Amino acid sequence: MRIKNALPWPLRIAGPVLVALLLAFVLLPVVVVTIASFNEKAIISFPPESYSLTWFARVFSYPDFREGFRASLVVTGWSSFIALVIGTCLSIAVKRLEFWGKQTLLAILHSPLVVPHFTLGLGLLILVSQASINRSYDVVILCHVMLVLPFVLKSVYVSMENLDARFEQAAASLGASPLKVLFTITIPLLAPGLFGGWLFAAIMSFSEFTASLFVTTQATQTLPVAMYNYVREFADPTLAALSVVYIAVTATVLAFANYFLGLGKILNIEEGH
Amino acid sequence: MRKRSDLRAWLVSPSVLVALCIVVSLFAVLQFSFRAFVPGSLDVGGFTFANFTGLTKPIYLDAFANTLLLSVETTIFSLLAAYPLAYALVRVKNRALKSFILVVSITPLFLGEIVRTYSWISVLGSNGFINGLLRKLGLIEWPLELMFTHLGVLIALVHVTIPVVVLMLATAISHIDRDYEKAAQSLGAGPVRTFITVTLPLSMPGILAGITTAFAWTFSAFATPQMIGGGRVPTVSTLVYQLGFASMNFPLAASLSVMGLLLTAASLFALGLFTKRLKTVGGH
Repeated sequence: MRIKNALPWPLRIAGPVLVALLLAFVLLPVVVVTIASFNEKAIISFPPESYSLTWFARVFSYPDFREGFRASLVVTGWSSFIALVIGTCLSIAVKRLEFWGKQTLLAILHSPLVVPHFTLGLGLLILVSQASINRSYDVVILCHVMLVLPFVLKSVYVSMENLDARFEQAAASLGASPLKVLFTITIPLLAPGLFGGWLFAAIMSFSEFTASLFVTTQATQTLPVAMYNYVREFADPTLAALSVVYIAVTATVLAFANYFLGLGKILNIEEGH
Repeated sequence: MRKRSDLRAWLVSPSVLVALCIVVSLFAVLQFSFRAFVPGSLDVGGFTFANFTGLTKPIYLDAFANTLLLSVETTIFSLLAAYPLAYALVRVKNRALKSFILVVSITPLFLGEIVRTYSWISVLGSNGFINGLLRKLGLIEWPLELMFTHLGVLIALVHVTIPVVVLMLATAISHIDRDYEKAAQSLGAGPVRTFITVTLPLSMPGILAGITTAFAWTFSAFATPQMIGGGRVPTVSTLVYQLGFASMNFPLAASLSVMGLLLTAASLFALGLFTKRLKTVGGH
């Protein structure tokens, strides 16, 4: 116990105070935008003189947000599903099989983490217009698959690392075919990691903006793009209200994920013992 | 063995297709950067170096310098802010407090650039939180200029970058074997000395990953400099967008992107060389 008390008292207080201040900094914009969203006036001002729910009503009635939300659901649903399937298959192959060009393939697939989204978006836009392909949902979904695949790969790979290969060997030695082993042993054991990977991919896709701005059209604009266009036209707090809805839903999803799955485990930040 | 190679083809070929799309998209940018711009048309002319020589104009050099400066500043400040958060996140014993720190410091990562940037507008704006507060306190008469300034963009970028750096640092700190710290303390090192000579060097992998990611993310940030900078804090990303969508000059936008990529690659390479030395210092 003497070791613990060795910390001089100013430091013992300074540490928690510093952490509290940093948490306050992270929370500040969230709190401010929440208060701003209840302003009765059609401007962002602080503090508001009177409060109302007008802007929340407008969030749900403004057609571009409704369309954008629908487009985002389509794009997110497909791209996170496709990325999950592709990413899981590749993780299994990378862990269990040898094949030519493995490292190169992984490097290319992880490059969207470093290559700016505006560069990838521009490239896809040029490609599509050169090939005179319609900028339909397919293009947006393909774009999002490229962007979210690294997150699926990481999540699934981490849970592959924690998988005991002896279960699979036991099944195989009892006569199960490789495909049967995959579907009855490997995938069920990986389920929490798969769900975590899918969830991250879905959230990342749903909030992706920069690349989407390049590859969407009026007909396929996702919610973040619709939000960006709104700020350029209007200065009222509608977007503040939408941000509040957005923040509340995201925080709820994450809190649930943390409760049921343990975000610490998915994110690989849990201490060994 | 036929079955095995069949399985391999099934497992790998979809990702090869995605990788191919990435390569072809990047190649499209490279290809366009060497093509002549035909004003008023989306078609492009023949091979030329004109786009790259055009980038030596002050406005583009300014944007490169600006982007580089913002990236370096953001990396430093977000690292300084993220370390205490990550440390607390891993080491706090109370489960409820741990969850609170986790959700608060990680949630912003999932909100996307638009929501986060817009929230900062309500903090930094001339009628926003900071100016409202200062005016209430009677400290200022005229609003402080925070929107459309380098400082404003920097504050928001640091906020955008903190969560991902926290994640990377927390991963590294959580993998530190506590026995090393106990050994140092039982040999008489105080907590401060233990932290500086044991914990900090052992978390170096997370620090390096954090630096790389923070730098690359800031370099590619678009919504934040666009919305908070409002055109007065030009960066590579905002100019690429303007050139593409306002002037329809896709070849110039492409060459700017290529130079941006080269600059990122060069910076990360230089960082790699620098941190190699840091690593040897950390590992003695």
